[in-house]
Amino acid sequence: MPDDYNPEALPDLLPLYYKRLFPYGPYFKWLNYGGVPKHYFSHREFSFTLKDDVYIRYLSFTDQQDFEKELQKKCPHKIDLGAVYSHRPKDQKTIKSTAFLAQEKELVFDIDMTDYDDVRFCCSGADICRNCWPLMIMAVKILDRALREDFGFQHILWVYSGRRGIHCWVCDETARTLTAQGRSAIAEYLTLVKGGETVSRKVILPDKLHPSIRHAVDIISKYFLEYIVKKQDLLGDEEKWKKVIAMIPYDQLKSVLAEDFVTVGTNTSTRWAIIKQRLQNAKEKLDLYKYPYVKEEIMLQLCYPRLDINVSKGLNHLLKSPFCIHPKTGRVCVPMDPEKIDDFDPEQVPTVSGLLEELDKVDLVEDDQGKKFRDYKKTSLGRYLDIFDSFLKGLESSRKGKLIEQSDMKMEF
Amino acid sequence: MEFGTKSRKKLITTNKVKDYRYPHHLQLYTDPPTETISLQEFEELAVERLKVLKAVETIGITHQKGTEKYNQLLEKEITATKFKECFIRKRNLSLEEEIENRKRDHMSHFILRLAYCRSEDLRRWFLLQELDLFRYRFQLESSQSRVEFLASNNLKYKPVEKDEQEEVTREMDGLDHLTNSTNKEFYKVPFTEALDLVRNRKVFLRDGYAYVPQEDLVSILLSLFRTQLSHALVVTSRALPNMEEDGRLLPMLCGLSKRYLGQDYGVKKQNVGVVTAEMIELLSKKSFPLCMQNIHASFRQTHHLRHGSRLQYGLFLKGIGLSLEEAMKFFKAEFTKSMDIDTFDKKYSYNIRYNYGKEGKKTDYTPYGCMKIIMNNPPAMGDAHGCPFKHFEAEFLRQRLSSLGVSKDGVDVVMKYTKGGHYQVACAKLFELTHGINDTNSEVEMVIQHPNQYFENSQKLLNGPVKTAKTVKIVSSQQNSQASVANGSQVDVKTEVMDDEMGDDLDLNDEELNMMT
Repeated sequence: MPDDYNPEALPDLLPLYYKRLFPYGPYFKWLNYGGVPKHYFSHREFSFTLKDDVYIRYLSFTDQQDFEKELQKKCPHKIDLGAVYSHRPKDQKTIKSTAFLAQEKELVFDIDMTDYDDVRFCCSGADICRNCWPLMIMAVKILDRALREDFGFQHILWVYSGRRGIHCWVCDETARTLTAQGRSAIAEYLTLVKGGETVSRKVILPDKLHPSIRHAVDIISKYFLEYIVKKQDLLGDEEKWKKVIAMIPYDQLKSVLAEDFVTVGTNTSTRWAIIKQRLQNAKEKLDLYKYPYVKEEIMLQLCYPRLDINVSKGLNHLLKSPFCIHPKTGRVCVPMDPEKIDDFDPEQVPTVSGLLEELDKVDLVEDDQGKKFRDYKKTSLGRYLDIFDSFLKGLESSRKGKLIEQSDMKMEF
Repeated sequence: MEFGTKSRKKLITTNKVKDYRYPHHLQLYTDPPTETISLQEFEELAVERLKVLKAVETIGITHQKGTEKYNQLLEKEITATKFKECFIRKRNLSLEEEIENRKRDHMSHFILRLAYCRSEDLRRWFLLQELDLFRYRFQLESSQSRVEFLASNNLKYKPVEKDEQEEVTREMDGLDHLTNSTNKEFYKVPFTEALDLVRNRKVFLRDGYAYVPQEDLVSILLSLFRTQLSHALVVTSRALPNMEEDGRLLPMLCGLSKRYLGQDYGVKKQNVGVVTAEMIELLSKKSFPLCMQNIHASFRQTHHLRHGSRLQYGLFLKGIGLSLEEAMKFFKAEFTKSMDIDTFDKKYSYNIRYNYGKEGKKTDYTPYGCMKIIMNNPPAMGDAHGCPFKHFEAEFLRQRLSSLGVSKDGVDVVMKYTKGGHYQVACAKLFELTHGINDTNSEVEMVIQHPNQYFENSQKLLNGPVKTAKTVKIVSSQQNSQASVANGSQVDVKTEVMDDEMGDDLDLNDEELNMMT
């Protein structure tokens, strides 16, 4: 992808993006949820971040046209989506605060690469690269499985945030109507890595593994060696391996390993083999062994998804909308297919400047009113829109199923 | 005689009783009472139930819930109140007595609802204690009675079929609670009705259903109770203004709630401005609890605080009397060491004004209490907030304690409490050690319920009128109850007796704690 995106040009690019590229149709179709209930779109809170970080909350729009018009007028640098409220959010000031209530929202998850800074050595902060991206791949696979198989959710939209994180929108009706308690229960069920900077051992497993943890370990196992050896070289030097050794709850073993790493170990893969062997030996002496899953704990602490739990818990918490432009990178916030997540490359995600250039080369076509336009689906945004479309189809078919079910029920009476 | 008791027992389970308003010994308190009672009775019921709830709280802080010790202590405490026959059934009661007890249970619950619905902190406290009380009472019931209770509340779950059960058992092999249990009967429940079990990964989940073992059904009941009660408390608080006309009830209710939660440590007019930005550094060394010292140190070091810390620390500072202007000065001076003034003004000054109720919902927020800090929002990477006793790794906490000048023995004692999950007792011990009140071996005499309480007690000790350390009363509710007596309101004088009891039980707990470890 062209890397020639220049953040300074954003104010000039945004009007064109919102006029020519933003996928209004599918976007509205998503948030309207088939118009059941009717106010679903118009009671939704949007918030815009304008130039110079001017932040406006409690915006709302009556329909697609209204939304289109405002978006093109305001050209926000960032769009956030909030909850569906009891009243129109834009009337918020005129309604008693006790009556203005957040009622529904997708169940959302936010995973940010900065939360992995203590276990990745390639970059830190806002940067990501091929060497830490596998963390996101594992996160998608682990969460997607749990959400589908454990919780029975079907309509899950995964989105790349445009820079250093990923978002997940669970759009099933049961997810949208969850209480704050339900949300936090799910988020905590999915949280394993706990504790701040003062805690070096952040995953502690009970004597018996919950099936969901077993599945997570299985998924991590597929990537683990490749990731720690080739991508991160996690046991490559003393500074790095100190952190891993600190995760082991036996002082004796710690010093033994520190010695082994220098005398026997030559690189990350031999050192990992040493850890495994030493833990196995300790396991066989049962009386010494209080924690049976230290190896798994290490793997999970290094690779298990780290959720920003507060984003998921709150019904009224805002999250960046899909199809925004990330102001720093210029990349579009695009949907990802969890089935093909291994092939997803964040560096291949189109930028706003690249897309506009592409669009100029697309042939003109006529719409039904004879107006000429260029089809944004023909640009490299197209394949991400296909992912979005198939997500929308899933939503629609479940709605139809439900309607049929309902009318069947009526027939009986 | 024997014949008599038998027939009474029978009577209770006959249909005739089921039709009555109190079909079961336990209840979820869905409908308010409609009877008329005297003011005197009103107050007595409230005070007695409060004694029970207070016992539930203190024992819950020092002992792990559901353990034998916990149950024993709770039984002892409840037996000392007028609710003993109501909550703990030692002998067979006549039908009239039983119904009378259920009625008292019902009314006292609703009276306290009125007293404890007025603020979020009060509601949280009441909800927590009522839930623990319910859990305790439920486990006292026979398994037959539990099933009946479930049925009477329309929770008619059926066990899963044999094939499915075997399949699930195979998958569930990894679940903790199955190790000691021979009863492998599962109930298939939508996961939204078993949230507590989901949260702690205590159930197997498949396709949106939780497979709940029979002994865990209580958790579902509790979550139902919590939802109903927390909703009802909010509704009640909205209806409360209607009661203001009744000049007899409201003062009594206010007095009741103040007496047992301790102060809310919101801003009191007289203390605004007693602390200035310059004083914080010194005060932090002398009188801040460890959690605040920790945030303060992190702030000085990184010149930055993340959201959780800004709330926890900012509200604490407000509570000790730092005015908005001084707070702004304090935070600005430190933040701007790592950013320019513009960024600070844009991104962080909002947050400080928010704490003082000048932005957003414009609520005058009160400082966080220990329960909130311990239970909610655990710190993640880069966060400095939270309770050090709960959230620090043991080794790190040890280092911090010794760096405060606590002797090795002292550190060991504090660590022992921490290890047992008695974070607030550990904090109190640290207070005593750093303020030279008691030596390492003595028992902890106070409980820290609130960081601001820690601060006030510390200041009182350091600057207060000349008193020997031993005579200064430290338990917050004692101060409150004394204060309210002094105010000459209608509050019963019985409180003092209760305070003594409370002191007693704390001593007892510590002895037992020592025995346990």
